[in-house]
Amino acid sequence: MSTFLGMPGVPVRGPAADTAVGHLTGDRPFPAAARDSLADTQLRRNLAHATSTIRAKRAAVVTEVPDWEALRDAGSAIKADTMARLPELLEQLEANVVARGGTVHWARDAAEANRIVTDLVRATGADEVVKVKSMATQEIGLNEALEAVGVTAHETDLAELIVQLGHDRPSHILVPAIHRGRAEIREIFALEMPGVDPSLTDEPAVLAAAARTHLRQVFLRARVAVSGANFGVAETGTLTVVESEGNGRMCLTLPETLITVMGIEKVVPSWRDLEVFLQLLPRSSTGERMNPYTSTWTGVTPGDGPQEFHLVLLDNGRTRALADDLGRTALHCIRCSACLNVCPVYERTGGHAYGSTYPGPIGAILTPLLTGLTGGDDPNDSLPYASTLCGACYDVCPVKINIPEILVQLRAEHTEAHADRHRLPTAEAAAMKAVAWSMADPARFARAGRAAALARHGIRRGKPLLPLPPPLNGWTASRDAPRPSAESFRDWWARTRGPSS
Amino acid sequence: MTAREEILSRIRGALGDTPSRPDVPRTHRQQGVHRPGTPELVRQLIDRLEDYRATVVRVAAEDDDAIGQAIADALTVRGIGQVVAPPGVPRAWTGRLADVVVDEASIDARTLDRIPAVVTGSVVAIAETGTIVLDGATVCGRRAITLVPDTHVCVVRAMHVVQTVPEGLQRVDPRRALTFVSGPSATSDIELDRVEGVHGPRTLIVVVAG
Ligand code: SF4
Repeated sequence: MSTFLGMPGVPVRGPAADTAVGHLTGDRPFPAAARDSLADTQLRRNLAHATSTIRAKRAAVVTEVPDWEALRDAGSAIKADTMARLPELLEQLEANVVARGGTVHWARDAAEANRIVTDLVRATGADEVVKVKSMATQEIGLNEALEAVGVTAHETDLAELIVQLGHDRPSHILVPAIHRGRAEIREIFALEMPGVDPSLTDEPAVLAAAARTHLRQVFLRARVAVSGANFGVAETGTLTVVESEGNGRMCLTLPETLITVMGIEKVVPSWRDLEVFLQLLPRSSTGERMNPYTSTWTGVTPGDGPQEFHLVLLDNGRTRALADDLGRTALHCIRCSACLNVCPVYERTGGHAYGSTYPGPIGAILTPLLTGLTGGDDPNDSLPYASTLCGACYDVCPVKINIPEILVQLRAEHTEAHADRHRLPTAEAAAMKAVAWSMADPARFARAGRAAALARHGIRRGKPLLPLPPPLNGWTASRDAPRPSAESFRDWWARTRGPSS
Repeated sequence: MTAREEILSRIRGALGDTPSRPDVPRTHRQQGVHRPGTPELVRQLIDRLEDYRATVVRVAAEDDDAIGQAIADALTVRGIGQVVAPPGVPRAWTGRLADVVVDEASIDARTLDRIPAVVTGSVVAIAETGTIVLDGATVCGRRAITLVPDTHVCVVRAMHVVQTVPEGLQRVDPRRALTFVSGPSATSDIELDRVEGVHGPRTLIVVVAG
């Protein structure tokens, strides 16, 4: 007998991520935040330049791989298989890490993960850590948690450094400072980087060299590093960090203690599976045939690198997303950022408008899947609507996540949550009901067509002449209203093709 | 309930009774059309490495003396007289250099930071992606020595050059600490333009032998 509550075999959602801890929710809904970004012409120029550069590079290196589609199919299936056997794979990963001298911790949510990491850091007596760019630690707000106990976290990825020095927030998964142009970066370095040469130019090579000099001493003295992981191989206990600059290698190699925070969905079954992901990821993300450095390590390697290793496995809403067949596929994401770079919405609004660590198309599904939809005025409720459903994200996704389909499902879920909460249908639901009523009867439908033709006089250049009553004003606040034609189709048919039957 | 038990039980709950397990199609290429070490692959590897702005030196034979000469020439042009090398590197590779520090694990990072270059071998190279794999064993050295010095001279034997990523991964032992190197350190973080040279070695010299 199953002691499970509810129907046997029916999936039960894990708890939603607590939005009060970490960075999964902004302070405003997407449309309000997007309006600010849209008004920022510098931001739009920076984004258009960067995204068009990366799109061209990605396209060129993807075309040269003859079996790209086979790799995508394999990647997608490996991830689906992983999700189906997640408990056994995590246990296997844990056993192998422990067998090789590592320690594994489990964190139900952001607060617990932060507590585990801050306790580990404090136990070493260190008052600073070096960090490799990691979405998971950004998601849980680890830097703030460390700061609260007096530990300084040094971000070492160039873009993260730009964000940290600029007292800014990341706006892209891969290139967190994508919203900054070289002149702005020069300004930030000149103002905020201790000991920087004031004659610094805005040449990218000069800026990169300044970052090298600035961080070198930090790397040489750091005793503790915190990283994320791109993949954790269950079969061997091997963890992987994919990077470019060598800051990752510094963190994974020089300190005495390494703490890696990894979402539970990042496990893959076997070493062999990496042959798929190490081809898909670099070409999709930076548009390179291979990223400059990929590091893999298994527990502790005697005489080489950190001699103390901790792996923190993080849930934080992932078991909520996992409970739904379709939503589960959002957990397949390998964080390449290709979907951001092709998204017409992201390209114009940038990442800050999404409010979450995860912006762009993947963020628009992953964030609400992790935090839940309230049907109220939670900013994340607006995310499933931050899309035109054009499908470009699905086309480029290396693991074939059908983002548009998940967006549509989340919209439906939001409509239901809203109705439950307000006992009033949403604008969409009311409109659909009205359409259903008029379409159910031919005469009514004909009258509706003629009424629309009259309404055309009320619209000029996409804007209604008189303010529309709610809920219609919600529609026209962010869109042009189409001008109905002078004659309905039925009237035109009747006039040109004989009497209607 | 511990966090571990609770998360595992949440996962089981979320998956329901019978999560469907798909078959994983592996119709992608498991190997290339060229056999390891063929001239086509060596040419492709060199092309990729140069595309990443690595410096490639070609040595016709897998002869340790010729490799040593090539290494000495490449470093002399750059005015570098001192190198660190792991204990497993053949003497002939570093025999022509004035000052060779053989790595014992006791050299700390600050000392490494004052050594301008490192000379190592490699275990496999992947032609299609221009990737060289270091496995931390005696000819590659522990990870810190190929990271802290600003110039890395890396010897790749032609017979170790394979065409595809799957072939490369099959030839290495995941239980070692591995580093896959594709060109010098680089960043695309400023306007998504690639710039070579950040925290890792800014100069990568690859000696392809054989
Ligand atoms: S959803 Fe797909 S395209 Fe977007 S970041 Fe994730 S893996 Fe890349």
